Amino acid sequence: MYEFKYHRPSTVRQAANLLIKNEDAKLIAGGHTLVPVMKQRLAAPPHIIDLSHIEGVDGIEMKGRSLVIGALAKHANVAASPIVGEAIPALAELAGLIGDPAVRHKGTIGGSLANNDPTADYPAAVMALGATIVTNKRKLKPEEFFQGLFTTALESDEIITKVSFPVPKKAAYIKFRNQASRYALVGVFVARLPSGVRVTVTGAGSDGVFRVEAFEAALQKRFSPKALDGLTVPAEGLNSDLHGSAEYRAHLIGVLAKRAVEAANNRA
Amino acid sequence: MTVLPRNGARTKRVHMAKISMIVNGNPVTGNIDPRTLLVQFLRENLRLTGTHVGCDTSQCGACVVHLDGKAVKSCTTLAVMADGHEVKTIEGLAADGAPLHPMQEAFREHHGLQCGFCTPGMIMTAVDLVHRKGHDLSDHLIREELEGNLCRCTGYQNIVASIAAGAKAMAKSDLA
Repeated sequence: MYEFKYHRPSTVRQAANLLIKNEDAKLIAGGHTLVPVMKQRLAAPPHIIDLSHIEGVDGIEMKGRSLVIGALAKHANVAASPIVGEAIPALAELAGLIGDPAVRHKGTIGGSLANNDPTADYPAAVMALGATIVTNKRKLKPEEFFQGLFTTALESDEIITKVSFPVPKKAAYIKFRNQASRYALVGVFVARLPSGVRVTVTGAGSDGVFRVEAFEAALQKRFSPKALDGLTVPAEGLNSDLHGSAEYRAHLIGVLAKRAVEAANNRA
Repeated sequence: MTVLPRNGARTKRVHMAKISMIVNGNPVTGNIDPRTLLVQFLRENLRLTGTHVGCDTSQCGACVVHLDGKAVKSCTTLAVMADGHEVKTIEGLAADGAPLHPMQEAFREHHGLQCGFCTPGMIMTAVDLVHRKGHDLSDHLIREELEGNLCRCTGYQNIVASIAAGAKAMAKSDLA
């Protein structure tokens, strides 16, 4: 790891000011992505701004009909939260599938979203549920926020503060893990919201998380695994690597989407 | 983002960070390079070498310690981020010369270790598991929860048996 100057703000505003003052500074929350890439010298930020001592940004609460999760909420806390379990059990389950128990004690929802790893789990939920990403400057919809591999709409002095999830009527997430890394080879999140059905895919797209509109239209007519019979996702634009070809991932999307619809129906 | 030349370290002033934390019940302080990992601080500054570095990539769990009572991978945690917090390592489970912690005793009794390299992390993970899920643990749950701990001797059968027995024994012990 290359050396860096360490900063510890106690408010989001201080953190934003430090971002403005220090070029190429990086924010750290749980550190479970940033520390490994710094150790590998794939990243060498001259300044590290530690958000983990900022208070009041890790809450989990219902606000009206939305579930609001603070950016510093740990995966373990989301997974174990009775509020999340009651409102969006699929989201609690998803959080419990990230990494391993020790990783879940450190990793945060804000960190996961800001990193936008194409195999991360949270982006699938945020896009499927049409959640709002709230920053110190504005509110962003998932379609604006996610902008491709490890790329988001976040500006250089912008910090995620919370995520607001509309509560779906039904939802489920099915993750097919890479057997070695345990990251999603493909993960499919299905949500039936008052505004319509949304189906998202993580792990497979070469541009990160995406929606499957053909599946959404079919499920809108009939929310049953059978509605997806005969429908496929084109392999074009999907990742192809030693873990699985694009065709294999395309096939998995169809299989996992059906399983997710079934799981969502069984839960209700 | 600029990558500093390697010889930059010799000419540049390192910004040191003062830290203090409670380790195994004792207050400790340090004046460290901020890039010091928690596991380095524990092993090299405090000489608490029971915590191991296995893969150094947050996968194997040999470095698991408790940070504010929760299992974390100390190879992926900066020591400065633990400033002001409480850390417990394998050395802190039972006092020197006192009887072993029930989870340690269960590993001894059930032959839950072969080479022993992964054992400190296994035990710290197991104790955290009991704190979260109670004393009656199914083999299936134990195996799921050991996702982040690798034993390269592949002695999982006895590790799982040790944790199940240790969890039960912890119910009757004063040691948490």
